[in-house]
Amino acid sequence: MADLFHSSKPIYEQIAELIKKQIIRGELHAGDKLPSVREMAIEVNVNPNTVQRTYRELESMEIARSKRGQGTFVTEDTEVLAAIREEMKAEILQNFTQQMYEMGYSKEEIKRGLADFLKERED
Amino acid sequence: MIKLTDVTKKYGTKTALEQVNLTLSKGKLIGLVGENGSGKSTTLKLIAGLNHPTNGEITVNGEKVTRKIASSVSYLSELDEYYRFFTVKDAIEFQASQFADFDMEKAYEIMKFMKLDPEKKLKHLSKGNRGRVKIVLTLGRNAPVVLMDEPFSGLDPMVRNSIVKGLISFVDLEKQLILITTHEVMEVENILDEIVAIKDGSIIAHDNVDDIRKENEQSIVDWMTEIYE
Repeated sequence: MADLFHSSKPIYEQIAELIKKQIIRGELHAGDKLPSVREMAIEVNVNPNTVQRTYRELESMEIARSKRGQGTFVTEDTEVLAAIREEMKAEILQNFTQQMYEMGYSKEEIKRGLADFLKERED
Repeated sequence: MIKLTDVTKKYGTKTALEQVNLTLSKGKLIGLVGENGSGKSTTLKLIAGLNHPTNGEITVNGEKVTRKIASSVSYLSELDEYYRFFTVKDAIEFQASQFADFDMEKAYEIMKFMKLDPEKKLKHLSKGNRGRVKIVLTLGRNAPVVLMDEPFSGLDPMVRNSIVKGLISFVDLEKQLILITTHEVMEVENILDEIVAIKDGSIIAHDNVDDIRKENEQSIVDWMTEIYE
């Protein structure tokens, strides 16, 4: 249970990340219903209030919408969903390049390294 | 919902709690953490009306705490003290006879969830299963306040996990407040809303756990270690 989450980041944010990743991978689609707060809480072993906070957070980011008496749903706004995909990509690239720069790799080395790496994986 | 105002508790010359002020609100799962002997159990007993403060006042739902508060407070003792010749079913029925808010249907649901055999005698149960029975008896009540004193202590990780799952499955946070004491934060940090840290009879911190993680970029254990120094 403890290993599902990183202990120094808020859990409500980490659950939001999990849901965003599910959307990007296509496991959750536009308009899909999210599990009820309690179902989700039991599934990931956290307090229902934490899941409630995740859903509120997703709503404020317009990724989810709650319908009175029906639950919380993934937005049907495909532009928002496309934006999440881009955002996640930018975030990963940012981390990657920052680490490479910190180690002293040049821009050219990074580019070449990445191209070679991708090519190798193809073969 | 629970309010302690300037509460001091002395046992003879030893001060167990000193000038404690604490307000806990409904709908939260709160951890009371601290070392052995820091005053956790004393705090719980005072709220449960099992003991009286030397000074100060405690109210639950605006009502001054006396022994009668037991009708709205479900208390789980850290001791293992039920009638050993009872079966699981007897223990449930006994609890139901004592508390008007006991929900038989819910208790049986929790019992099934915990995979307990109603016909087994308590003395024939493992320590882990006796721990599970205590959870059934405590959460079987629809009490607005649930106090659990070290529900995980001495239990193996699998039992702890099933108790945690039982807790989040059956607690009604729309109506209840749960206060859990533990000397090991790691066991509960993922299910808590708030944490209250107690040291030598004084409250040294009271915060929302995710806010702590966010503001300090620290795990709860690291945060505790820091404030405890």
